[in-house]
Amino acid sequence: MKNELRRAWLCAIPIVLLLVALAAWAHSARGEGGEPPYFAITNARIVPVSGPVIESGTVVIAKGLIQAVGASVTIPPEAWVIDGKGLTVYPGLIDTQTTIGLEQEGGDEAAPRAGGGRGRRSAPLSGEIIRDPEDRPSSTPWRIAADEIKTDDKRIESWRNAGFTTVLSAPEGGILPGQGSVIDLAGNRPGDYVVKSAATLQISLRPGGFFGFPDSLMGVIAYIRQVFDDVSWYQQADPIYQANMTKSARLRYDRTEQVVAAALQEKEIVLLPANNSVQILRGLRLADEWKIRAALYGGQEGYKVAAAIAAAKTPVLISLKWPERPKDADPDIPPSLRELRFRDLAPSTPAVFAKAGVKFAFYSDGLSGPKDIFKNLKKALDAGLAPDVALRALTLDAAGILGVGDRLGTIEPGKIANLVVADGDIFNDKTKVKHVFVDGHWFEVHEEASHDKPGDKKPMQSVDSVHAKTAGVSR
Amino acid sequence: MKSLMRISILAAAFAVAAIPSGAQDAKTILIENATIITVTHGNIEHASLLIRDGKIAAIGTDLKAPDGATVIDATGQFVMPGIIDCHSHIAIDGGVNEGGTSVSSMARIPDVLNPDDLDIYRDLAGGTTVANVLHGSANSIGGQTVVIKLRWGKPASELPFEGAMPGIKFALGENPKESNFSPPAGVSRRYPGTRLGVEETIRQAFIEAREYKKTWDDYNQRKAAGEQNLIPPRRDVQLDPLVEVLEGKRYVHAHCYRADEIVMLIRVAKEFGFKVRTFQHVLEGYKIADEIVASGAGGSTFSDWWAYKMEAYDAIPYNAALMTERGVVVSVNSDDAEEARHLNQEAAKSMKYGGLSANDAIKLVTLNPAIQLGIDNRVGSLDVGKDADIAIFNHDPLSVYAVVQKTLIDGQIYFDRQTDISGRAALEKEKQDLLDKEKKAADDQKKSDEKDKDKDKKPDQKKKPPKSGDSMEAGTVGGAL
Repeated sequence: MKNELRRAWLCAIPIVLLLVALAAWAHSARGEGGEPPYFAITNARIVPVSGPVIESGTVVIAKGLIQAVGASVTIPPEAWVIDGKGLTVYPGLIDTQTTIGLEQEGGDEAAPRAGGGRGRRSAPLSGEIIRDPEDRPSSTPWRIAADEIKTDDKRIESWRNAGFTTVLSAPEGGILPGQGSVIDLAGNRPGDYVVKSAATLQISLRPGGFFGFPDSLMGVIAYIRQVFDDVSWYQQADPIYQANMTKSARLRYDRTEQVVAAALQEKEIVLLPANNSVQILRGLRLADEWKIRAALYGGQEGYKVAAAIAAAKTPVLISLKWPERPKDADPDIPPSLRELRFRDLAPSTPAVFAKAGVKFAFYSDGLSGPKDIFKNLKKALDAGLAPDVALRALTLDAAGILGVGDRLGTIEPGKIANLVVADGDIFNDKTKVKHVFVDGHWFEVHEEASHDKPGDKKPMQSVDSVHAKTAGVSR
Repeated sequence: MKSLMRISILAAAFAVAAIPSGAQDAKTILIENATIITVTHGNIEHASLLIRDGKIAAIGTDLKAPDGATVIDATGQFVMPGIIDCHSHIAIDGGVNEGGTSVSSMARIPDVLNPDDLDIYRDLAGGTTVANVLHGSANSIGGQTVVIKLRWGKPASELPFEGAMPGIKFALGENPKESNFSPPAGVSRRYPGTRLGVEETIRQAFIEAREYKKTWDDYNQRKAAGEQNLIPPRRDVQLDPLVEVLEGKRYVHAHCYRADEIVMLIRVAKEFGFKVRTFQHVLEGYKIADEIVASGAGGSTFSDWWAYKMEAYDAIPYNAALMTERGVVVSVNSDDAEEARHLNQEAAKSMKYGGLSANDAIKLVTLNPAIQLGIDNRVGSLDVGKDADIAIFNHDPLSVYAVVQKTLIDGQIYFDRQTDISGRAALEKEKQDLLDKEKKAADDQKKSDEKDKDKDKKPDQKKKPPKSGDSMEAGTVGGAL
């Protein structure tokens, strides 16, 4: 007994020192708006996605990364412990195409130039072939979402509170609007948010209108074909020029060529829009012709052409904005059978994809908030999508498609500590998200004000019990 | 394009929203006991036509159905080659015109084929099996065109007529010079605004194309000679198809009305060393039929349609017959998804106006457009070895009472009137079921929303102000220490 006490004392000395140090550190960290870098969620049901579910285990977070996960892992003494009893831990969810953090109008540069390009030449030009950067209206591939992040976007908190820790934010406007960035939904400065700045090269096939070239779908496709042709020309021509500067005329500078060439060099994924089956097959064909590593976005009529998509090994970002009867639909004009079939079957696309072996993820596509996202995910589950496949699509597969699968999407040591802790199955509409970790930063999720009952225990109470437990370790 | 006037006629002849798609697969078919309009060697009465593997295997009066063959009893009916529409704008997604430039040769119809366009099926129901799908006439030089078979139910990649020469649309006169509409406020009128300007635009484009071709030829020559470190020229998606025209690898289908502009284009083509394959519409073709024949071009016209704009005032319904008499290869086209459902009747009008023989009238929508599109070795007549693209009518197709019973492409039935009629009830039911299902889902949603609302209204609930979820700012963790 005495020995034990002594041993306890001896053990306690460094711990006391540590606690003092920790208190000092925490104080200073708090002064900087900081928080402890170590957390442990214990006794929780853990769904790592990368492996089997752990019915009761611990996840340890250290300095923004997942340090350990398992049924019995050592909890570092400095960790704040959250009792996860009755809670389930998932990897943070990923919304693969949004404008979160971005001005939704698009920058000035993206505005289509009315009457630009060689189409509206005011007078015939002699002899020469007219080609210069003015030939690329509606192209701003150098815009990178990461450079335009505004941290006051209310959607950041709203998405995060629902368990979305990561989104692809992509510029809009024009044919080559820019490059999408993978961002984590937390940070003090815009730069803190960015996981991968140049993640996707965005393509829109919507013609600009304004009576300039291109004003039709076929014109837009031709326009993009010229861009990819020019890029591959540049890739071929530039090395020859670099080696023969004294013998060759210099190459004209073209920002689009250089930026797109660099993006292709980096194997950046090219996002092509394709929602109905005709567009999907067209998208596959164009991706093949242009020799780009493409992912399609939209994909809602994919249930018709899943085999072709699987054969092309092209991933699809599925829009969760399922087709619906328009709210202002004229009751006297019934929709066509084709439209009705589409509305009926679109939510079955993810299930069909899963069966056919198409890799897919989801995106919110302008849905107003997470409530609608989960409502529409539920429709996909009701149409046969297995919950574990849905979860994979929202985490690991999303991360993989966006080129960040090595850092996000699962609960494994070394991954970025993006976690959702909920009081039940994430797809159950009764389930509440309790905690969210983004880059190892802890966020407590308050229940929606209107649903709070008086006397609900405050989220901090769980941390109080954590504190008690930490103290218990030291005894 | 024709004017918008006719579009109203497009009203729902087929009110049913969706149609069974896909061909019925059969390898050997015998169509029995019909009047067979071969086009190349007269009509054969009480004859049969044997189809094997998508081709016409035999035609005769003493054919027996081989074992396993599907037999179509066509007693009293008329079998003719599938109708070929030399000027169509069906099955195009996202705009028929790339109107942003006067030379839109970079735009490709094959990129935007839409196999789900119901007009494909509707035109099949009129016996049409092949369509020359053209870019619109907004520009002096329009987009690249494609000949398709109306294989309803097949993906876009299976519509193009295999091996058919690709084409390009040109347009002369009022449409490319934008005579009949004004650009919106703030947008200046584009060049060209006159017929002279249209000519200049075409010449300019071909001067550029010739230069471009020369640049490439020089490069290839120097490269072949072993020269090192050559920077290749850029590819230009606008000029590539014009080089193909110069090299005779792409047909020119030129929208035109007036005699003067037609002669102009013949001269310009001669200057640059290419040929116009067809003059489309060519409403004043009867005035310069000899010049057209001499140029080697064909003429694809309307039956009886005129005066819908200034340049169409001199059009006459005798045009097809008069040009035919002078030796022009003439076709009658639709330019319109509705008209493509009764091109047989459009052809028949040239018997009334101009006195064409029945066989010459049929040729206007079969063999002649096949010749114009360079596919007459495959389609356009009922001859052994040709594709089994066939329309079966209940009466003589030159009669106004004639209604298509079946349409076959490559020996497969793509339209069957009886199947269509008998399938309508099931489609109506499916539609009603889906509407009911949607309504029920909406009602359920409404109910559950109302329940949620009631819950929100419970009086004993205090509202807490929403807190910031950001612990980094709140510093609550440190507070617990």
